[in-house]
Amino acid sequence: MCAEELDFITKYDLLGCIQCGRCTGGCPVAMRTPLRVRCFMYDTQNEERLEELSERPEIWDCTTCYTCAARCPKGLEPLEVLIGLRSIQIEEGRVQPTVRDALESIFKDGNPWGSPRAKRLDWIKDLEVKILEPEAEETTDVLLFICCTDAYDPRVMKVAQALVKVLQAAEVDFGLIGEDESCCGSEVRRLGEEGLFEMCDEENVELLNSFNVNRIVAISPHCYNTLKKEYHGLKHPVLHYTELVAQLLEDGKLQLKGEIPKVVTYHDPCFLGKQNDIYDEPRYIITRIPGVEFREFDRCRERSLCCEGGGGKMWVESESKEERLAEIRVTDAKELGAEVIAVACPFCLLTLEDATKVKGIEEEMRVADILELLAEAL
Amino acid sequence: MNGKPKIGVYVCHCGTNIAGVVNVEEVVQFASTLPDVVVARNYSYMCSDPGQALITDDIEKFGLNRVVVASCSPRMHEPTFRKTLLSGGLNPYFLEMANIREQCSWVHEDPIAATEKAKRIVEAAVVKARRLEALDVKEVDVEPACLIIGAGIAGIQAALDIADAGFKVYLVEKSPTVGGHMAQLDKTFPTLDCSACILTPKMVDVANHPNIELMTYSQVEEISGYIGNFEVKVRKKSRFVDMDKCTGCGACAEVCRMAGRIPNEFDEGIGMRGAIYLPFPQAVPAKYTIDKENCLFLSKGKCGESPKCKEACQAEAINFDLQDEIVEFKVGTIIVATGYDVFDARKKPEYAYGVYDNVLTALEFERLVNASGPTGGKIVMLERGKKKKKKEGEEVEPPKVPKSITFIQCVGSRDKSVGNEYCSRVCCMYTAKLAHLAKDKIPDCEVTIFYMDVRAFGKGFEEFYDRVRREGVRYIRGNPSEIFKRGDKLVVKAEDTLTATPLEHETDMVVLSVGLVPRSDNREIIDLLKLSQSSDLFYLEAHPKLRPVDTASDGIFLAGVCQGPKDIPDAVAQAKGAASAAMIPMASGKVKVEAQTSVVNEATCRGCGFCVAVCPYTAIELVEVNRNGWPVKVARVNEALCKGCGACAAACLSGSIQQRSFKDIQILPQIQALGVK
Ligand SMILES: Cc1cc2nc3c(=O)[nH]c(=O)nc-3n(C[C@H](O)[C@H](O)[C@H](O)COP(=O)(O)OP(=O)(O)OC[C@H]3O[C@@H](n4cnc5c(N)ncnc54)[C@H](O)[C@@H]3O)c2cc1C
Ligand code: SF4
Ligand code: SF4
Repeated sequence: MCAEELDFITKYDLLGCIQCGRCTGGCPVAMRTPLRVRCFMYDTQNEERLEELSERPEIWDCTTCYTCAARCPKGLEPLEVLIGLRSIQIEEGRVQPTVRDALESIFKDGNPWGSPRAKRLDWIKDLEVKILEPEAEETTDVLLFICCTDAYDPRVMKVAQALVKVLQAAEVDFGLIGEDESCCGSEVRRLGEEGLFEMCDEENVELLNSFNVNRIVAISPHCYNTLKKEYHGLKHPVLHYTELVAQLLEDGKLQLKGEIPKVVTYHDPCFLGKQNDIYDEPRYIITRIPGVEFREFDRCRERSLCCEGGGGKMWVESESKEERLAEIRVTDAKELGAEVIAVACPFCLLTLEDATKVKGIEEEMRVADILELLAEAL
Repeated sequence: MNGKPKIGVYVCHCGTNIAGVVNVEEVVQFASTLPDVVVARNYSYMCSDPGQALITDDIEKFGLNRVVVASCSPRMHEPTFRKTLLSGGLNPYFLEMANIREQCSWVHEDPIAATEKAKRIVEAAVVKARRLEALDVKEVDVEPACLIIGAGIAGIQAALDIADAGFKVYLVEKSPTVGGHMAQLDKTFPTLDCSACILTPKMVDVANHPNIELMTYSQVEEISGYIGNFEVKVRKKSRFVDMDKCTGCGACAEVCRMAGRIPNEFDEGIGMRGAIYLPFPQAVPAKYTIDKENCLFLSKGKCGESPKCKEACQAEAINFDLQDEIVEFKVGTIIVATGYDVFDARKKPEYAYGVYDNVLTALEFERLVNASGPTGGKIVMLERGKKKKKKEGEEVEPPKVPKSITFIQCVGSRDKSVGNEYCSRVCCMYTAKLAHLAKDKIPDCEVTIFYMDVRAFGKGFEEFYDRVRREGVRYIRGNPSEIFKRGDKLVVKAEDTLTATPLEHETDMVVLSVGLVPRSDNREIIDLLKLSQSSDLFYLEAHPKLRPVDTASDGIFLAGVCQGPKDIPDAVAQAKGAASAAMIPMASGKVKVEAQTSVVNEATCRGCGFCVAVCPYTAIELVEVNRNGWPVKVARVNEALCKGCGACAAACLSGSIQQRSFKDIQILPQIQALGVK
C-alpha cells in the first residue's frame, strides 16, 4: 500500500509538521476527549498504521472547527488528516448507523434529516416568496440558499422565516430554489464521504449556475463556506447573510423601529469567524438594534470557543463525560450577565439552546439567531 | 595588442563537479580544432595556483592574447582569472569564461549530451574571445569619510572603529538618543552583563570622539554619487531646545502639562513621559527634546497661560521658533546599521496581546525588570491605560506582584501564518535570561517557559540554558495556541507534547517572546540606497558566506540586525567587519571603477531617453549637442556611476548605446555559435 502512504504524506504535507503542538493546544475538544490531533500528524506518516488509526473512536470527536489549522505555524490542516482517516472507515462501510442514515438521506432526498424532498418548502408557511425559474430572462438580485437544517428543523425554521421578513422589509429582490434545493455537502465532506461530496459539488454547481441571479446569500455559515471555498466552477459570488444585512443597514435600506432592551452577547460560529474572518458584520448588526446592550464574551472573535455542532457532530454521539463546550459557553454568558446569546448559524442555535436546558437556565437565557432579533425589531 | 587572435582554452574539472558528467578530454580535443586556438588544456582545479600558472606560462610560451576558461559561473572566479591575465602581462578584459558547471554539468545527467553542450558553450566563448577589446580600468579618489546610518550597538561599534583608525565618521540616528535596542535591555545573555554598564561608555565615546560627527534626531534625506564620492543630505529635526544651551537638568520635564501622559517609546509604552522629555536618564546626548505632535503649544498653539517648560528652564534653552536644519557633506563609504523592530504581537490575536493588561512582549518585560525602567526594576502586575492619579486622602494599593509568570517562545518567528519563516535566533536565550531574572527577583514565583525547540547554539548558551533549568524554571515542550481569562487568572491553552497532555495552564502574567522583524520604515533606506532584500525582507548581503557585510552596491555595507536577526556579539562582530571593509577603499584612497560600462554612439542616438528610464543607477542623462548645426538631445553615460548592468543596451531601439565587452558585434556571433539563428 505504498501508494496510499505517499498519498497521506503528500496530500496532507505531513513532513512539514514540526510537532509544535499548537494544533492540539488550540483544539477545543482536546480537554474533554482523547483526541490529540498532533499525534495523528506524526502517526499517520507510517502507512502500516493507517487502518488501525482510522479505527480510533476519537477521530469522530473533531468538530472541524479549523482552530488547529488556523494556529498551525506551518500552514498545515491537521483536521484534514482526521477527515482522511474517516474516509477509510466510510469506504469500508464501518460507520455509526446515525451517520449512515444521514448520508443515505442526503443521497436520496437531498437532506440529512430523513425528510422527503416534497416537504422542503414547508417552512415558508404563508409567506409569499418568489421561486426562481432556471434560465429566466430577468435577473433576480439574490438567490437565498437555505440550509437543510433551516428548512426542516421546526426550531431553526423560524430563522429562515425571519430572513424572509427582513429582506422583504428592506425590499430586496430575492428568490428561492424551491424543492430542487439540496444539501450543500459541507458535513458530508467532513464525515469523510468524499464521493458523495463530489456529487453535491457537481449537481449543486450545475443547478446554481442555471439561475439568473447576481449573487447567492447563504443562511448557514457551513453552506456559505462550502459554496464559497469548496465548490468547483460556481459562477455567482457567495455571501453570508450577515454581510448582506450589514450592508442594508449601512445603506439605510433596513430600518429598525422596535426595541430589544436586553443584554446581548454574540457567539462567533467557527465557520464564519475562524474560517472566513467575518467578525465585524454580526457585531455591527447587533449593535444597531435599538435597546440592545452588547457585551462581548471573554473568548470571542479569533479566540471564540467552538459549540461542537460542526464536522458531522450532529450525527455522532460523543462518549465524553466531561462538560460539553456549549454548556461552558452558556455558563460564561450567564456570568457575563447576558440575557440573549445571539448566533448566526443553525448548529450553534441548536447546541447552545440545548445547553441552556441541560443547565436549567432556559428561562433566563435566550438563544436566538441575529435574524430573529432583527425580525422582532422591524 | 589587437593583432591576430591567439587563443588559449582551459577546461576545468572542478574535481568531479564538471568532470563527473562532462568528458573534459573530449572538450579539449574539440577546442584545439577551433580557429585561432593555439593551445587547449584541462586541469583539475583551474582556480588553484598551478592551474593559474598554466595560463601565465602559456601566455609567455605561445604569445597568447586571448584566454577562455571553461569552468564555473563568472560570478566567483572571473576576478581571479582577470588577475591571472594581468600577471601574465595581458589586459584582463581579454578573458572570456565559459560556464560549463552551473549551466551544464550541474543541471544535466546524460554525459554524452552534456559533453556536446559543453563543446557548444566553449565554441561560443572562443567566438566571442576573438572579438574582445582591451579595456582601461579607471580609478577614482575616495573621500576619507564614512556615513553610518543608525546608532544602535552595531552603528556605534562601526563608528568607533573607523574613527579610531583616523577617518571622519558622520553618525546619523533617527531617535533623540543613540543606543538602539541594547539600551532598553537589563542584563544580557548568556553572561548576564549589565547592558547599560557595557553600552553607556560607548555611547558617551561616540558623542565625544573628535572624528565623529553625531547627528541624533536626524534623517538622511538624499544620497547621490558612487563609491568614493557620495553626496549626502541630512535633516536635523528641530528639538525646539537649543542643544548648546540645554544642560539636561530636566526642570522642564517636571513641569510639562503633558508630563506622565504620553507613553514613552523607550519604555515600550509601559512608562510615561511628557511632551518635553529625555528618553532615559543615560540618553546620549543628554539633551531634552520636544515632541511636537504632543506639545500643546506646538500642536494647538496654546499651553495654558504660557508654556511652563519655558518658564522653568534657567538656561533659556527652549525656543519654539527653532527650525529643522539641513546639512550636506561628502563621504567615500556608507554603513547601514538600522536594526530592527520587534514582531507586532497583535498579529497573533489568539494571544490576546492588547486585550489583557498582563500579556506583555519580552521587550516590555525588559523594561519592567530594568533598574532604570518605569518601576525601578520591580516586576509588578500592570494596569494599563489607567490614570494613576489618586484622589485626596485615598489609599493607593501597592501594585501586585505576580506569583506565576509564563513565557511563550517563537511568537512571530518560524511562523508561516504571519509570513516569518525564519528563526529570530535570540529569543530562546533572552527568554532564558528573563526567566532567570524573574526567578531572581521573585524567588517563590512559578516561572514556566513554553517552547518548541531550544536553540542554544552560541558560546556559553547551552551552559546558560542548563543553569536556568536547574534554577527551577519549568520548560514545557509545546507551543501554546491561545490565551483566555478565568477569574483573575490568565489561562494558557497548550499541549505538553512530551506527554501528549492538553493543558489549561493558569498564570498571572504572560510574556510573549516576540521575534525580530525588519523595521517598518525600511523602505526609506531601500529607496535611498537601492538596497535589495532577502526573502525574509531583511537587507540582502552580496554573498551569504563570503561577502556578508557587503551589498550589491560598491562602497555600501551592512552591520547588525538590519541584515538579519542576531545577538549583540554577532552584531558587534559584523559591525567590526563592516568597519574594516569600509576602511579598505578609504585607506587605499583610490578605487577602481567598472570598466565594462556603456558607451553612446552620439551620431545615431535619437535622444528618446528609454535608457535613462531603465537605468537603475541614474547613470545616464540626456544632454544637448550640436548635430549639423541643429541642437539635438543625446544620451550620455556617467562612467563613474555606471555599473555595467546592460539594461540600457537592451532597451535601446537603435543600438546606439552599447555595453563594453557585451557589444552587439561581440555577443551576436556568440549567440549564433550556440546554434541560435
Ligand atoms: C527582548 C529582547 C532581549 C534581547 N536580549 C539580548 C541579550 O540579552 N543579549 C544579546 O546579545 N542580544 C539580545 N537581544 C538582541 C539585541 O537587541 C540585538 O542584537 C541588538 O540590539 C542589535 O543592535 P543593532 O544595532 O543591530 O540594532 P538596533 O538596536 O535596532 O539599532 C538600530 C538603530 O538605528 C536607528 N535607525 C533605524 N532606522 C534609521 C534611519 N532610517 N535613520 C537613522 N537611524 C535609524 C534606530 O533608531 C536604532 O537606534 C535582545 C532582543 C530583544 C528583542
Ligand atoms: S500546529 Fe502544525 S506544525 Fe504544529 S504540531 Fe500541529 S500540525 Fe504540526
Ligand atoms: S478542527 Fe477543531 S476539533 Fe478538529 S482537531 Fe482541529 S481544532 Fe480539534
